[in-house]
Amino acid sequence: MTILLAVVLGALFGFVLQRVGATDSKVIWGMLTLKDLRLAKTILFAIGVSSFALFAGMQLGLIDAGHMSVKSAYYGVLIGGLLLGLGWAVAGYCPGTGVAALGEGKRDAVVYVLGGLFGALIYTLVYEKIADTWLFEKIAGGKVTLAGSDKYASLITDISPILIAGAFAAVFVVLAALLPRRLAA
Amino acid sequence: MQSYWSWFGGGLALACCFLLAVTLVKPIGVSTQFVIADGVIWSLFDSELLQSSQDNKHGVASPNAYLNKSGGKYAAAIENPINYGFIFVLAMIGGAFLGSRFSKGESEAKVEPSSSCALTQRPASQRYAMAFIGGAIVLFGARLAGGCTSGHMMSGMMQTSLSGYLFALAAFAAAVPTAILLYGRDI
Repeated sequence: MTILLAVVLGALFGFVLQRVGATDSKVIWGMLTLKDLRLAKTILFAIGVSSFALFAGMQLGLIDAGHMSVKSAYYGVLIGGLLLGLGWAVAGYCPGTGVAALGEGKRDAVVYVLGGLFGALIYTLVYEKIADTWLFEKIAGGKVTLAGSDKYASLITDISPILIAGAFAAVFVVLAALLPRRLAA
Repeated sequence: MQSYWSWFGGGLALACCFLLAVTLVKPIGVSTQFVIADGVIWSLFDSELLQSSQDNKHGVASPNAYLNKSGGKYAAAIENPINYGFIFVLAMIGGAFLGSRFSKGESEAKVEPSSSCALTQRPASQRYAMAFIGGAIVLFGARLAGGCTSGHMMSGMMQTSLSGYLFALAAFAAAVPTAILLYGRDI
């Protein structure tokens, strides 16, 4: 059953990534050079809507908080994020969109995925050397969220989770709507 | 140029993907599966890579510290790649293929990207080199961060996780200046 869900949800995600233009490196570069922000507006809107719906769904008992999976915050998240951003700009793909672009038959995406497999292998080999360093020191307790849930501790405790999630969601949705299509000349 | 969905329609569709995934199974993530794919290939050449283990929570151990961590979670996924996370990413390939057939500028999707993107003035070999080097840096960074644009940024910020916000800030802080420097004049 979960395998069937993996096929359906994975195919849907790949389909949507392609249809919003996230698998087009020209669209990525347009966004990152601030010359065409349609994809940034798409992402902001998606985060806002899904975040509000998730917390509303949990509040109403429609979504099981046990399905949440919050990743730990540690210094490596910042360093890794910087590296990912660098490579993302160089290649024009992130891991998910690179895999999806491969499905479109783009040859540079095949090369990108091979590069990705190489980078992941290098990390797998060096992990043991860096595992005990400051890179993995937690920030603010690690697995924390801004809005509370049954599963994870929250940084903001005296306001109801749906209000916090709703406030952030509102900011994202308003940003998505107001952000001009083009920021840089 | 292909005709892509508007930010409104596309944003709703993308939100549905992330919501459906967390409601039915778990939040979407992609970059872990590059490690699993590496492991599957590696295990073909190295019969010692995976060993059954009573001590590890997932029943599989590996002499490699990364594959062995979290109770052998990655080692177990490598031993049985027919699992949710790996099949999800393979299915994305098929979904994107269908997406490209749906679009109006169909022929363009098939065209070599190096001829249709900003790098028209540059040789294809340069495009491939950038794709390979960029891919290696992205996946090394994603593994160090513990997730990528899907897992950390989209799924993470949806759950309002601190790590998701930190990751997104760092990723854009590096990506925007790099893109402007490399491609600002081409786009």
